[in-house]
Amino acid sequence: MRFVPALILTITALFLVSCSQDSPVSRATKQKVLLMGNTAEPRGLDPHIVSGVLENNIIRGLFEGLVTEHPSKDGIALPGVAESWGPTDPKNPIEWIFNLRKEAKWSDGVPLTADDFLFSFKRILTPELGSEYSFMLYYIIGAEDFHKGKTKDFSTVKVSAPDSHTLKVNLRSPIPFLPEITKHYTWFPVPKHIIEKHGKPEDRFNPWTKPQNIQSNGAFTLKSWKLNDHIEIQRNPLYWDTKNVALNGIRFLPISNSFTEDRMFYNEQLHITYTIAPDLIEYSRKNFKDMTRNEFYFGTYFIRCNVKKGPLQDVRIREALSITINQQDIIDFVTMGNQSPAAGIVPPFAGYNSPGNIKFDPERAKKLLGDAGYSEGNGFPKIKFLTTDRESSKRLAEALQAMWKKYLGIEISIQQMEWTSYLNTMMSKDYDLAAGGWIGDYMDPLTFLDMWIKDGGNNRTNWSNERFEELLGEAEKTAGQKERYEILGRAEKLFLDERPILPIYWYTRNYLIHNHVKGWDPLILDNHPYKFLDLVAD
Amino acid sequence: MLKYILQRLLQGLLVMAALYTIVFFLVGWMPGDPFSSNEKNISPEVRENMKKAWGLDKPLWQQYLIYPKNLITEGSLGVSTEKNRPVWDIILQSFPASLILGVSALFIAVGIGVPIGILSATKKNTAIDYGGMAIAMIGICIPSFIIGPVLQLTLAAKIPALKIAGWGHPLDIILPSITLGLGTAAYLARLTRGSMLEILNQDYIRTAKAKGLKTFSVVIKHALRGGLLPSVAFIGPAFAALISGSFIVETIFQVPGMGQHFVNAAIKRDPFVLRGVVLFYGLLIVFMNLAADLIAAALNPRIRLEKT
Amino acid sequence: MRISLPTESELEKGSSLGRDAWARLRKNKLAMLSMCFIGLMLIICFIVAQLPFIDDPNEQNLENRFAPPSGDHIMGTDQLGRDLFSRILFGGQISMLVGFIATGVALLIGITYGAISGYAGGRTDAIMMRVVDTLYAIPFLVLVIVLKVVIAGPMEEQLKWMGRFANIVPLFFAIGALGWLTLARITRTQVMAIKEQEFVEAATSLGLSKMRILFRHIVPNTLGPAIVYATLTIPSFILFEASLSYLGVGIEAPNSSWGILIKEGADFLETQLYLLIIPGLFFSLTLFAFNFLGDGLRDALDVRASKD
Repeated sequence: MRFVPALILTITALFLVSCSQDSPVSRATKQKVLLMGNTAEPRGLDPHIVSGVLENNIIRGLFEGLVTEHPSKDGIALPGVAESWGPTDPKNPIEWIFNLRKEAKWSDGVPLTADDFLFSFKRILTPELGSEYSFMLYYIIGAEDFHKGKTKDFSTVKVSAPDSHTLKVNLRSPIPFLPEITKHYTWFPVPKHIIEKHGKPEDRFNPWTKPQNIQSNGAFTLKSWKLNDHIEIQRNPLYWDTKNVALNGIRFLPISNSFTEDRMFYNEQLHITYTIAPDLIEYSRKNFKDMTRNEFYFGTYFIRCNVKKGPLQDVRIREALSITINQQDIIDFVTMGNQSPAAGIVPPFAGYNSPGNIKFDPERAKKLLGDAGYSEGNGFPKIKFLTTDRESSKRLAEALQAMWKKYLGIEISIQQMEWTSYLNTMMSKDYDLAAGGWIGDYMDPLTFLDMWIKDGGNNRTNWSNERFEELLGEAEKTAGQKERYEILGRAEKLFLDERPILPIYWYTRNYLIHNHVKGWDPLILDNHPYKFLDLVAD
Repeated sequence: MLKYILQRLLQGLLVMAALYTIVFFLVGWMPGDPFSSNEKNISPEVRENMKKAWGLDKPLWQQYLIYPKNLITEGSLGVSTEKNRPVWDIILQSFPASLILGVSALFIAVGIGVPIGILSATKKNTAIDYGGMAIAMIGICIPSFIIGPVLQLTLAAKIPALKIAGWGHPLDIILPSITLGLGTAAYLARLTRGSMLEILNQDYIRTAKAKGLKTFSVVIKHALRGGLLPSVAFIGPAFAALISGSFIVETIFQVPGMGQHFVNAAIKRDPFVLRGVVLFYGLLIVFMNLAADLIAAALNPRIRLEKT
Repeated sequence: MRISLPTESELEKGSSLGRDAWARLRKNKLAMLSMCFIGLMLIICFIVAQLPFIDDPNEQNLENRFAPPSGDHIMGTDQLGRDLFSRILFGGQISMLVGFIATGVALLIGITYGAISGYAGGRTDAIMMRVVDTLYAIPFLVLVIVLKVVIAGPMEEQLKWMGRFANIVPLFFAIGALGWLTLARITRTQVMAIKEQEFVEAATSLGLSKMRILFRHIVPNTLGPAIVYATLTIPSFILFEASLSYLGVGIEAPNSSWGILIKEGADFLETQLYLLIIPGLFFSLTLFAFNFLGDGLRDALDVRASKD
């Protein structure tokens, strides 16, 4: 056993060597490089190809759209590539003009013009590219037809450049919140000259995003990209506002294990984590009190019901199941992230309050179940609860299973599946109940409501209602925000009364942030504009 | 000898063909496809266009033939449906980390496992034997998803030079390779002990002992050769497994290796990455098993390399 | 001095293998102690668990989660306020079953396959071993997901009568059926070494049938390493079952197993250590017992050692 002393010696040596060193965080703070957990390797950096949150985190650093986010206020647009913008007729915001800044440049010095935007819109809408999120541009007249291949003529899509620094967009219906939509990366410009240099624009595999090829227009440019290791972006000296950018760079780390991520933070290896493992939230609050954040997030967790199968065809049973979910207990003891009990499907945000009034009420539930012919749960068939293979999904499923057994006397069986099988089972409607969540894409109730139209790809419940779709159509034609919200509120109410889904909670985002990071304020969509951040050691 | 090796390599080619066929059809049987692994549904039009981009719209038999054709004529393993980058690029970027990690894990495994096994066998039924085997048992019954976090909390959190996770500094290799190698070390220890005992009981060893040779030199000179046979048979595929990465160790310690691609490609139904990594792993196994058989033959003249 | 030659059957039989082995095993205190311990565990998990004073393992009390051990809950409660002791008992049933069934299946297939391959040699051996190489390289996850779709679903209907074991018994067979590969390789190497030895030549010259030589004379001599390896696979199968549960192909929640309890417990390393330690103790002590019993068996079955 001679290696034992050797081992001790090595460990002591390591200890001595390292005692004098700074932690990775304090070194990075000095260099003004933000170390950020980003959960996984991105699927790519081409804004027209990807569709996820973690890709969004990186792309927002590299590219800038027409307008950008405010660092601390939701729903406010600050100038981006566009200096000024607005509808030609504020009463009927159907035609919009964006005036682009003259000094806007790509990181190689090539001027950025309205032509780059037209090129981008055309590229993302080209069917052959197969962009997943191209529907974000369907608001433009002709965009949907072009994307679905009904015409090959891009001039039918009503976007144009009256001159090289003006962009005109004609919408198929009035949309007062268009600037909010253009914050999404599907509306970002991509460098025409670079993409054409490296291949065909409509080729998905065009290698223009490789580190040696890519040029961008945002506050940062790509510095290095090592698969499953890191992506680092660095200050873009040609960015129009670079004198106001404090950070020199951001390093995104694809840490999929949230325990590892949190432990890296605890040991000063990260400035910001992507999330906190639920089982470490309390621990973090206790030990890293001022660094543990808990913020409202624009998402809802709920259970889909297959409304054309078994006992769940009966709305009374769906309601009974819904109101025997003790939402507060789930939040306090299972998810532990300070979420809020979901009274409806749309989370409350500025100007909109869900008309839903779902509350825990086991007495009423028992009565409803009795009315439906299963008093005390007698004769109720064993239904299946579909969920994912994650530990948190399982714990939630177990808690619900116990609640329904306790209050209604019914048995459900839990079916855990790995991700693609889970989605596939849900799509093929081979389930009774299925857990799932939804994160809003933009700040409007519609992002939670238009998915429930008949045969919508994300509906998956077999539920549909003509009146509901009429209301959505009516809202589309209404320009005034207040009236619009009122109509959408009626649609939500109708939807909730039918209860094709059982809401559980409105999301919060729990994460750890080092107190070196300055300028990071709560934002409901969580798109923090990096140009306003700073790193200062205390 | 050379002829034997050539024959084995030829057989290896057949193994690869069989592997390709099996994986090709297995992926087809899995529910869902590469374009249905997104929470937000993709519209049918987009899905068709995506299928076209990867050639997944062609009839199955064509797809089955195109892939090997491209592999042979262009050396292409296809493009990942999940990461939008060539499969070769993925393998070449992730294999180095796995190789470094796997080799150091193997060093730890052999360096700890074989000596413990030999020591336990020669001191059969003594405290040393039980102690050694108890250590080996710990390596077996503590899974890596516990060893990893425990090392993080005990060593990495206390010694600043050791990071919780990450890959880049030479010291970053220490914790993941211990986590990866410990299980293998334990297997080796027990396997070595078992076969050493067998050998030590054989007549020629008894004769050697009876002739007055020291136990130590008997072990080294005579018993070790035979006693390591089963371990060698085990090390072949074990080494291939070690250097092709481990999902658990890689995700706990943030190692940019290959192991995660096996799991992620399966979950995301990425047919090209899955074929690529499986064929790569198959190739490793063919070579490692060949090496194991050659070493076994060298250790034991009784085993003849059979001509087929 | 007798001069008459022994008859064929006498030569072949020697002394009764089973009885001798049992006699030797009984002398090994540690092995006997381990056997008693395993017996005790079986009784606790399968019989004590049925007693009325044991709590329902699935009954929750959210307000009382993470309760420390007390009179009500002698081992405390888990993250959903369920009695940890009864979860360990019921989880033990499943872990024991997976250990026994899967290892049994793997032993049966692995030894038979490896022995035939090693003994036959030549072309048969080459083909059989290349099949093993091929199977090695296929990611378990892919096989398991496919298995779930193709086999587990339909089989579950057939096995309804087994109650809560309905969806796990086929799974255990599947684990065993996938886990025999290394065992086959180890056995094969052993057989190749043994078949060149004198006693096999003697048996061949006596004109015994090949099957008889293989299974009566050679295989018993390979059991040593095989049993050692099998005792090593028990823990890996038990742990593997835990990871399967996370892929939706394991046992159905809220049922549990030791592997799952450990995996869940690992999430509370910083906060509730007992959730890992207590099930971990049950798990590792049982595995220690399995291994010492395995060692005992190995020694007891060692044919040549008996000729002292």
